[in-house]
Formats: sequence, C-alpha cells, structure tokens
Amino acid sequence: MARVEAEVGKRPEGVWGGLIKWIDDRFPMTETLKYHATEYYASKNFNWWYVFGVLAFVVLAIQLITGIFLTMNYKPAAADAFASVEYIMRDVEWGWLIRYLHSTGASFFFIVVYLHMFRAMLYGSYKKPRELIWLIGMMIFFVLMAEGFAGYLLPWGQMSYWGAQVIISLFGAIPVIGDFLVETIRGDYSISDITLNRFFALHVIVLPLILIGLVFVHIVALHEVGSNNPDGIEIKNNKDASGRPVDGVAFHPYHTTKDLVAIIVFLMIFFAVVFFAPDMGGLFLEHANFEPANMTATPEHIAPVWYYTPYYAILRAVPDKLWGFILFALSVLLPVFLPWLDRSRVKSIRYRGWMYKTALTVFVVTFISLGWLGLQPATGTYVLMARIFSVLYFAFFLLMPYYTAIDKTKPVPERVVYHG
Amino acid sequence: MGRFKLTAGLFVVVLLASSQSFAAGGAALDHVEFDPGNKASLQRGARNFMNYCSGCHSAKYVRFKTIGKYLDLSEEQLIDNLMFNAEKTFETINTAMPADSAERWFGTPPPDMSLMARAKGADYVYSFLRGFYLDPESPTGVDNRVLAGTSMPHVLWELQGYQTAQFSSHTEGDVTSHSFDGFELAIEGTMEAEDFDEFVADTVNFLAYIAEPIRSERRKLGVWVMMFLIFFWILAVMLKKQIWKDVK
Repeated sequence: MARVEAEVGKRPEGVWGGLIKWIDDRFPMTETLKYHATEYYASKNFNWWYVFGVLAFVVLAIQLITGIFLTMNYKPAAADAFASVEYIMRDVEWGWLIRYLHSTGASFFFIVVYLHMFRAMLYGSYKKPRELIWLIGMMIFFVLMAEGFAGYLLPWGQMSYWGAQVIISLFGAIPVIGDFLVETIRGDYSISDITLNRFFALHVIVLPLILIGLVFVHIVALHEVGSNNPDGIEIKNNKDASGRPVDGVAFHPYHTTKDLVAIIVFLMIFFAVVFFAPDMGGLFLEHANFEPANMTATPEHIAPVWYYTPYYAILRAVPDKLWGFILFALSVLLPVFLPWLDRSRVKSIRYRGWMYKTALTVFVVTFISLGWLGLQPATGTYVLMARIFSVLYFAFFLLMPYYTAIDKTKPVPERVVYHG
Repeated sequence: MGRFKLTAGLFVVVLLASSQSFAAGGAALDHVEFDPGNKASLQRGARNFMNYCSGCHSAKYVRFKTIGKYLDLSEEQLIDNLMFNAEKTFETINTAMPADSAERWFGTPPPDMSLMARAKGADYVYSFLRGFYLDPESPTGVDNRVLAGTSMPHVLWELQGYQTAQFSSHTEGDVTSHSFDGFELAIEGTMEAEDFDEFVADTVNFLAYIAEPIRSERRKLGVWVMMFLIFFWILAVMLKKQIWKDVK
C-alpha cells in the first residue's frame, strides 16, 4: 500500500501505544484501519440509497451467525431434516428465534441486494472507473442466488422438494449435456438424500466461503477507486491542501454513525417481520413447506420463493423449453453488461434526460410485475402479461446503448450538492 | 427523504399485494378466529383432540409438557386428562395405530397434525371438520366438501349427526358445473349445531396453537425488542448529529 503515506500520526503513549507499535511493526494494523476507515473519504452527500451496501453486510453477518447455530441442531438427512427443523422450532432454547432470523434474513438479503443494485442504476455507480466493482457485485449476486436455492432445500418441506425439482430440471433443457448436468447436480435420478447432503455442503461451506471472499474483494475494489455519490462526481478531483477530498468525510466516524441510524431502522423492519409475521403471509415461508417432502404427491401450485420469481416468470412466458431456459439465463446475466450498455456521458439520474428516467421507471414496474406474475399460475392473462413484461425487461437492456447515447443530459456541477 | 419514503411504501404495498393466500382447492372456506389467548378454549380443544383425533392422528412434534406449561395444566392434570398412551410428560403425542395397518385400512396413513393448521390454514381445517356429508357411493359413507374423496370417515358423527349436501348444477353449452349450496341435517346428533361449531372451533384453535406454540411469546417479546430499538435509534440519531455538526 504505497499510497498510504508513512505519516503514522499521533500514536497513544504508554503500554497501549507500545502494544500498537509492536503490532504495527509486524502487521499493517493502523495503516489498514486508516486506509479503510478513518482516512477513507466518501462523499458527504450520501442519501439513504447509500445504506444498502452496509445493510447487506449486516444481513450477511446475521446469516452467518444464525447459520452456525442452526447447523448445530439441523440434520442433513432426508429422513431427519424436516423433524430436526421442528425440533429447532419447538425444543431447542431460542431455536425458533434463530430459525426465524435465518429464514427472514434470506428474504431480506435479497431485498437489500436488489435495492443496492438499484442504487447503482440510479446513480451510474457501475460506470467507469467502477466496472470491476459492479462485476464482482454481480458475481456476489449469482452466488447468493445459488446459496438461497441450496438453503431452500434443507427444511425438506413440500415446496423445498418440488421447487428444487422444477428448477434443477430446467438444466435438462440444455442440448446434449442437459441430462448429464441434471444428474450431476442431483447426484441421483431424482432429488434424494444424496441431493440434500450435497446441497447442505454447498450451503454451509462452499458458497459462504466464496461469498465472503467476493465481499472482501468487492470492498477492496471499492476502496481503491472510492465510492460514487448521488451526483456522480469524482470527489478525488477536488482536494484540499492536505490532499483530502473537500466533498468527502471519513468513513469513520462520519459514515459509521450515519449508517448506525440506518441499521437500527432496518432492524426495526427486520424484527417486525421476525416477531410479528415470520411467514409474511406465505411469501417468506411458504405454507406448503410446513408439510414434509413427499415425492409421490405434487403440490397444486409450485412457485419458487419470491426473490427468484421475476426470472421464473420470464422462463414460463416462453412456450419452448430450450428458449425459455436461454432467455431465463440471459435475464439473469444481462445486468452484468450494464457498464458497457450504458453510453451516457453522465452517471447520476439527476443529470440524465427523460429517456433514461422513463426507461428506469418502466424497468422498476416491469421487474416488480414479473416478480408478482412468477408467483401466479401460468394461465391465460398471466402468461400474456408475463410476455409483455419480458419484452420490456429485455428492451431496457438491449436498447440501452441507443437511448442513453441520444438522451439529452444536464451539465454536472463541479462540487456535490449538499445542504448541511 | 420523501422519495425514499415513497419507495419504501411502494415496496410494502407490493409485498402485501403479492402475499399468497392459502390454496383452498376451489371451495370457499368458513372462517374461524384463531385465539391463542383463550386458554379455556385451548384446553377444551386439547381434550377434543385427544378424545376424538389422537386415536388415528399423531402430533409427533408436540410434547405434553409444552402444552401443559402453556395451558396452565399440572402434571397430574395432564396425565389424568390428556395422556392416554403416554407415561412421561416430555413424550410427544403419538398414535397407537400402527402406520402400516393405517395405510391398509385407509389407503393412506392419517397425516400428522403438528403443523396441519399452518400448512393448510385454520379455516381449511375448520371447514373440513364441518364439511362431511352423506355419500352412498363412498366406502366410508361420507364425502367432504373441502377435500373430495377423502378417506377419513366422519369421526364426529355422533356429535354432529349426518348431513346431506345440496348441489345445484349449471349447464352452459357443453360444460356442466356444480356449485355447493349448503348442508341439511339428515340424522340428528347429540349436539346442537352451534355447540358443534363451538366444539370444532376449540379443536381448530388447539391445532393452530400446536402448529406454532411459540407464537404468543414471540409477539410479546417483539414489542420489547421494538421499544429497545426505538430507544437505541434516538441515541444513534443524537450521536450522528453530534459527529456531523461541523460538516458543511
């Protein structure tokens, strides 16, 4: 870290100072704290859209900690899994709380990550020089989808079983290697004890490790180029005599105390669900999942959990199985290319023209509508609506190079807009 | 800030709008109020369940001890009134009927009742238990309005009596549809209709309670957590203001 000057600054005196010096001579502790916290400058005009990154980190922590305690009592075997979850809910001290925190955390992980991604679309956070942060973020999102999917099988309820059955069999649509792929994922000819065991391994070891690694890299990349802001201005272009960005304030203590306020507001909403509506009317914990998995009885209506349904609606909107899968995969992948699809000269929505503003509004309506349609049965009007919204979904991305290039933009100010 | 509130509001609306209601299989369900605070009703429900249901249906995740604690029943009261084939209060509610015989007799083993009210909804169970009607073609002599072709016999016939169902058929073109109009009591039982409804409501109340025994406690605890968070939030806002006061 050559960038960080050797100026060690004021170091505490006495034994405490001696201990810190002893560590600093052997490990870049003070240097790292400065680089990532006390001398990491981020714009002072962050609005509330900028809290979802920190909130995603909070949810990650909740999931890791509650996950450890669940693992202590959960049994990853087809014969025992369902009963062990009920054991956690009824007999383990505070087990119900740990389990509800984890199940609610799963949904909230996606809520905050979707809003975090939307923030990037509002303020052009994926644009140069932050393309790599966006790419790493998209990888986090994919791993998160896999993590949620593997985790959803573990309670071994009816919806766990049949949801997994439907989603895994999608891969069978791929020509030549499809059947092989499906058997490889399941490890069996149908979803069985073997599938449950490997999904458990993926859910508690493989994917969390990758997730933590990616989150670390995401933050390192962010701190290298610096955070974007609601004006889409590079605060590094405007430094004072001591080399600090004039529009920036240190992450600690400024943004940490501001984030704390947001974290508590988030926890109020989060705990309101945990304590007063943990199944969220069947949206966070599906009713059919209170019945144990039964491979001889298909539930009347199979729908994935809400956070996958926008893509699921696109899949079902296509009559052909292979094309359905291709468009489904494409719909998940397309946001990866945003940094290059977006040709606008400005980053923030504040200085963009009506075209992008309209496109983004339509996209939000489209995404939410697809999510809702994915929960409904695929019949009649629903299919027609899903087709219309699927077209709009793809149009948002594929037409973006065109409408962002010709859209009229407003001049971007020199300094960030801040009303102290 | 205004826009943030708008977004948050929109989000809540979408969540609520997309909440799935219980799949009822088409039949309109009768509503029953779940009241976990009514311990007398839950005690009657426990008695009903043990007397009329537990011969065939287990509630294998539910311990007598848990029920006793919540329903203010002593160990003696549990043993004398509820535990017919269990000796220790930590035991779960099991049925004496062997599963393989059950499957031979009914075609499908009677399902476990621990989570039934959560999987199907209290209204479903309530409507099901009140929904048996005479059907001479069925092996059990009855069918059910909510779950057609059920292999469960009308266990509560002594109390309710037997009823017949009135259907009317509508023909539109080639399609004939049947709609359910109501029940008519054919053979009287030992209970008046209102008393029987009360009896079923108590039983369903008990089933809804055992589906999530912690429900009342979590709601109580939730209020304290919210109050703590509000207090903590005020401190955090003060801290933030103090730290940020020099930022211009």
